Amino acid sequence: MTIFTNARLIDPEAMTDEIGWLRVEGPMIAERGTGKPPMGESIDCGGLCLAPGIVDLGVKVSEPGERHKESFASAGRAAAAGGVTTMITRPDTMNAIDSPEVLEFVQRRAASDAVVKVKHMSALTKGREGREMVEIGFMRDAGAVAFTDCDHVVADTKVLQRALTYAKSTGALVIGHPQEPGLSNGAAATSGKFAALRGLPAVSPMAERMGLDRDLALIEMTNVSYHFDQITTARALPALERAKQNGFDVTAGVSIHHLTLNELDVGNYRTFFKVKPPLRSEDDRLAMVEAVASGLIDVISSMHTPQDEESKRLPFEEAASGAVALETLLPAAMRLYHAGQLTLPELFRAMALNPAKRLGLASGRLVEGAPADLVLFDPDAPFVMDRFTLKSKSKNTPFDGAKMQGKVKGTWVDGMRVFEG
Amino acid sequence: MAFRQKHLLGIEPLHPDEITAVLDVAERYVDLNRQSEKHADALRGLTQINMFFENSTRTQSSFELAGKRLGADVMNMSMQASSIKKGETLIDTALTLNAMHPDLLVVRHPHSGAVDLLSQKVNCAVLNAGDGKHEHPTQALLDALTIRRAKGRLHRLNIAICGDVTHSRVARSNLILLGKMENRVRLVGPPTLVPQQFREFGCEIYDDMAEGLKDVDVVMMLRLQKERMDGGFIPSEREYFYRYGLDAEKLAHAKPDAIVMHPGPMNRGVEIDGTIADDINRSVIQEQVEMGVAVRMAAMDLLARNLRASREADKGVMV
Repeated sequence: MTIFTNARLIDPEAMTDEIGWLRVEGPMIAERGTGKPPMGESIDCGGLCLAPGIVDLGVKVSEPGERHKESFASAGRAAAAGGVTTMITRPDTMNAIDSPEVLEFVQRRAASDAVVKVKHMSALTKGREGREMVEIGFMRDAGAVAFTDCDHVVADTKVLQRALTYAKSTGALVIGHPQEPGLSNGAAATSGKFAALRGLPAVSPMAERMGLDRDLALIEMTNVSYHFDQITTARALPALERAKQNGFDVTAGVSIHHLTLNELDVGNYRTFFKVKPPLRSEDDRLAMVEAVASGLIDVISSMHTPQDEESKRLPFEEAASGAVALETLLPAAMRLYHAGQLTLPELFRAMALNPAKRLGLASGRLVEGAPADLVLFDPDAPFVMDRFTLKSKSKNTPFDGAKMQGKVKGTWVDGMRVFEG
Repeated sequence: MAFRQKHLLGIEPLHPDEITAVLDVAERYVDLNRQSEKHADALRGLTQINMFFENSTRTQSSFELAGKRLGADVMNMSMQASSIKKGETLIDTALTLNAMHPDLLVVRHPHSGAVDLLSQKVNCAVLNAGDGKHEHPTQALLDALTIRRAKGRLHRLNIAICGDVTHSRVARSNLILLGKMENRVRLVGPPTLVPQQFREFGCEIYDDMAEGLKDVDVVMMLRLQKERMDGGFIPSEREYFYRYGLDAEKLAHAKPDAIVMHPGPMNRGVEIDGTIADDINRSVIQEQVEMGVAVRMAAMDLLARNLRASREADKGVMV
């Protein structure tokens, strides 16, 4: 039994942020209150924030295939240091996680190596090639929490329609990447004056809305449970809002990079800022922040994508996309808190409660009976990010050298301490 | 103000006074190049390496000649045939060359920003001879010198850049330079080949040649870059020539003394009518080539001065 005393409790369900205490009994939260804490072994939080551990929807661990970029052990350490207590991993590995056998392999690796909880997503089509659906029923039975081809858009609408129809019958959640693949083919930046000046191949932000519109029509046809991995442009929001109002089972996410950076950050062809979809305009960024505040966008995720130095030390067009973010998710999110744009309960609603709810997990809450997955952090502690201090094997963070605030002081998974800061 | 750059990676980092400084030095080299004794010694003892990751005849020979006339040891490397094919990365190639102690690296590369990346890894002066669809600074400087000599000034002119702007690094460098020198720049071409975002930089954009050329002092034609296109941007070359090719009828909308420019190589009968290109009263296309050598001599001369000064300053300093 442990009692966290003098803690600023961030409850994303009740949307409260108040000083109190929390009693953990074994792997569960047993009791919570304000005022005088009960007697027992206690941890004095010194007024720092205690929140449900982050449930990060869309982490790439590069096993199988590219263990030199990230393993379950290194990703687990990075997650614990970043306050992430559950990683929902992506199937865009080499090979793709598209059969029960591969799924079993990663489950075994995760269980033996990672210090935090790991749930796995499956590819939607074999090899993420957009031709044949995977064994959705078997994969669900084997523990896949969602089905996605990640950034490979299923271009053949008939294939997608069948996969969604079938997924609906099994009750599976499908995650899609809203993008018109023909329009965005070869693009490295968002079209606009910055890309025009830099001479980079660019994609119109409209490509996202076109992809979204197609998928929404298919959702209407099939009634499948659907989540958009990343909505990043203002023009996609009205269609999303309408679909939600019409009662479809649809949710949406956004990456922390699209909430805290814009296209100008690419500056002089800095490849650590190359992500997919590409960074957007400042207007789009602000619209996304507002959509998270209003709840239209449900989930904030790290979209953790490890890349080694060699894949980034190339001309911008040739460089690989993606950024590591397990450890920078929380401090980057604190930028939005300190800017007065999002409250702490709003942030943890998007980073913990909503993704857990969407995947049917019990975590993400700070109430009696919930798993004791917790993060203790100081939202104000300042530091300068040095990418070589990251616990990830890959160091490709766009926040290298950035002044940030927000330090994790401790992370607990099922009541066990997995990180001490 | 003197020319303070360590590299010439683009027009964007240049101050207007630095542009003027390059052009003024280039004027002197124009005179030198017209004499029978064409040698100077500004680059004596220095090594110049031309690295062209993309095919080029004109730019490469212009740089080669410029270096030789200034007394440098010039080496040409055709990168397409070399280690790039064996899988070496750009940075490794740069480091390999750097170990040979070059003083001037002239680089052309098919990707935007690649020359910039390379310049961060070497300790010599780097000249961008064209990177992807980004910049081609010496072309813009030679165009500026040509305009200044033909028009007597390089400010308050109306200049139309016509044709395939989207795929053109020449257009980007030119519109930045001409903007810095306070000219009015128009972009004229089919909307599929002219990025509308350039309007935000203060360019006027036209999709009609007659309107676009009305009362301009300079008509700058661009080559239709078929090799950079990934699909249909225009229906056919004959329709393109009919609507956007420069012929006498379209040129009649410009000022009577307007000059016609083209960075070469030309596609006669596609973007420009042969008789206009050959009209010595209107076309300054041959002069552009001449100015090219002079401007490249000037740019390398100025960079070499800065290089020598910084090496002098580093002498005796522990590094």
